[in-house]
Amino acid sequence: MPKAAADAKLLIQSLNKAYAATPTNLKIIDLYVLFAVVTALVQVVYMGIVGSFPFNSFLSGVLSCIGTAVLAVCLRIQVNKDNKEFKDLPPERAFADFVLCNLVLHLVIMNFLG
Amino acid sequence: MAWGLPPLAVLLLLAVIVAPLSSAVRPVSDAHRSAAAELFTAFPDGSLGDLETTYEAVSTFKILGVQKDKSLDGKACKLASDTLSSSSSSAKDLFHAARISGVLGCSIDAGVYDDVASRLKAVIKDTNSLQEFYYSVGGLLSLKEQGHSVVLSDADSIFHAIKALSQSDGRWRYDTNSAESSTFAAGIALEALAGVVSLSDAEVDPSMIGVVKNDIVKLFGTIKSYDDGTFYFDEKNVDASEYKGPITTSASVVRGFTSFANAVSGKLNIPGEKILGLAKFFLGIGLPGSAKDCFNQIKSLSLLENNSVFVPLILSLPSKVLSLTSKDQLKVEVTTVFGSAAPPLRVNLVQVLGSDSKVITADKELQYDVDNNVHYLDIDALKIDVGKYSLVFEISLQDPEHETVYTTGGRNTETVIVTGLIKVDKAEIGIAENDAGTSESVEKLDLLKDKQISLSANHLQKLHLSFQLATPLGRTFKPHQVFLKLKHESGVEHLFVVPGSARQFKIVLDFLGLVEKFYYLSGRYDLELSVGDASMENSFLRALGRLELDLPEPSEKAPRPPAQAVDPLAKFAPQKEISHIFRVPEKRPPKEVSLAFTGLTLLPFIGFLIGLMRLGVNLKNFPSLPGPAAFASLFHAGIGAVLLLYVLFWVKLDLFTTLKYLGFLSVFLVFVGHRALSYLSSTSTKQKTA
Repeated sequence: MPKAAADAKLLIQSLNKAYAATPTNLKIIDLYVLFAVVTALVQVVYMGIVGSFPFNSFLSGVLSCIGTAVLAVCLRIQVNKDNKEFKDLPPERAFADFVLCNLVLHLVIMNFLG
Repeated sequence: MAWGLPPLAVLLLLAVIVAPLSSAVRPVSDAHRSAAAELFTAFPDGSLGDLETTYEAVSTFKILGVQKDKSLDGKACKLASDTLSSSSSSAKDLFHAARISGVLGCSIDAGVYDDVASRLKAVIKDTNSLQEFYYSVGGLLSLKEQGHSVVLSDADSIFHAIKALSQSDGRWRYDTNSAESSTFAAGIALEALAGVVSLSDAEVDPSMIGVVKNDIVKLFGTIKSYDDGTFYFDEKNVDASEYKGPITTSASVVRGFTSFANAVSGKLNIPGEKILGLAKFFLGIGLPGSAKDCFNQIKSLSLLENNSVFVPLILSLPSKVLSLTSKDQLKVEVTTVFGSAAPPLRVNLVQVLGSDSKVITADKELQYDVDNNVHYLDIDALKIDVGKYSLVFEISLQDPEHETVYTTGGRNTETVIVTGLIKVDKAEIGIAENDAGTSESVEKLDLLKDKQISLSANHLQKLHLSFQLATPLGRTFKPHQVFLKLKHESGVEHLFVVPGSARQFKIVLDFLGLVEKFYYLSGRYDLELSVGDASMENSFLRALGRLELDLPEPSEKAPRPPAQAVDPLAKFAPQKEISHIFRVPEKRPPKEVSLAFTGLTLLPFIGFLIGLMRLGVNLKNFPSLPGPAAFASLFHAGIGAVLLLYVLFWVKLDLFTTLKYLGFLSVFLVFVGHRALSYLSSTSTKQKTA
């Protein structure tokens, strides 16, 4: 229905405008999350095609992407200045946590990769 | 091999006992010669063993006339001469060596003989042990027999010394200290006394000789016997290591009394039947099992062959099975123990005892065949039927003077089996109804031909089989075995004994009563009849044919037929093939697909980088001052190193190595990161406040 399509277009445009206002560092984090999720999707499609034979490898690949995406989301929450809860937390500290957790995650992933 | 003697001797003697009241002996023959050649084998170094074994070997070979390698003689002579020359040889060694040299005729230096003689005389002077007396006197006697002049000067005192060791029952002690007396010692004592008498220069006191003759008679009072007229000497088995067994003990006594009888004048008062019994004992050993037994047997028999008391004459049968069909003659041989001809004599068949103890007194004289040295008789005249018989013979010497020289044992019993063809006739087989008893179908069988019959029956009927057996003389015959066997096609067999009466053999199989015994197995049964006996020349096992048997179905509680024996060699046949099931390998995708998707995975990363560039990412916040800049670079380098470590971990490292390096790197990274990030946070707070 043309009204619904026009409404959708209006909605997307307003979302884009609002999104443009977000600080750059948050946009970087969002881009990273998007990258991780797309990588995971590519792996799932591959598994769908060829079967899940080394299942541990599939799991470790997918979970590394999802894990790192989750950690990035946590980082975004903590770094966001508009977030009252984490007002006193310095962003460098949050970044340091992000790096540490990623390293631990990737160690486990590499062990499970086989 | 003393330990091997008793059981072997007992076994062989038992074999003699089993023959009921008959002596199954044959004189010494070529079989004994080959047995001796086998038993006395040379060792790899060419010798025949130690001195005693060598003497036994050469002596046995000489008596039997067995030809052997010249090198064995040479080796034995060398052994003997070495022993005689050596100054450390004992009286026992000199004794054996002198006897070896005597048998083989070795050429020994006269000086050596002188030396040996003086040493042996010295031993006699000093000793009071029976064995030492025996060895030294025996050695001196052997030297004298080889032509050397030896004389014993104080023979009387030596005689006394040996005689002093005798006991009242005719046996001897080994020396003054031992309390036990032994029959074996008596034998060697008598031999020593005989040697003393032969070697003395003056005549030995005749009264002493008379006493010894009496001792010999008393010794023969301790002789043991078996029912078939065999006599032997044996001792109580007190000490297993010292026990010598009947063969060695009897041989020792034979050597003793024959040498004493030969050395003294006047006859010994020993009954002839005992000497004959000893001869039968040694012949009854058959072919001996050990070298020592062989020597004892042959030596004793050779001494008995020519002894001056009584020469035993042996009655033996060359064949103990006589066939009526081939009209065999009963043949009897009477010879000395070594098979030499006997003096003229008559053999009478006194009695024939059947197995059912029926006595057929015959009293027929056997005719003599001079050329073959055999007494024979046609048994047709006796009208004896097939079966097992005990024949009683009586030997009588034609010259009455020979009665004092030879001993025949009077009556001798021998067992023979008379065989013949058994007539089988009036054989019938048939099936009858259970109640009626009259035969439904009867077939005449000819059991001597191979015709197969075919019958069928059910469980309500009976099978009956009958036939008659008759001996060549027309009497009824009861064989040892009359069996009817029914064999099912599955392999289960049933045996039935066919009972026999005076008139005929008849068996009736009532299948109604046999249903359970047959395990309810219906089907084809093969019939087999076997009739056999030792005296039946035409014993047979005949397949009669088959029987189709119809039995009712088994009930639940019916016994199962026994499992048929599996061929025990079947487990060595090829086994069942085992097919292993392997895990089917997973299907892997083709390489191109995998590589394509590896590329596709990297695409989002490129997209990420492009997006970063679009966002205007820059490095403006990188610290400019050298110190913090260094830390910041090191921070990034550290993260990079950790990621590189993870790649190495995936490629080749193991977890523990990785954790070790990670430990080092993480300490470094924490320190560096802390410095870098704290600098950054301090600059950003400065910016905020400023």
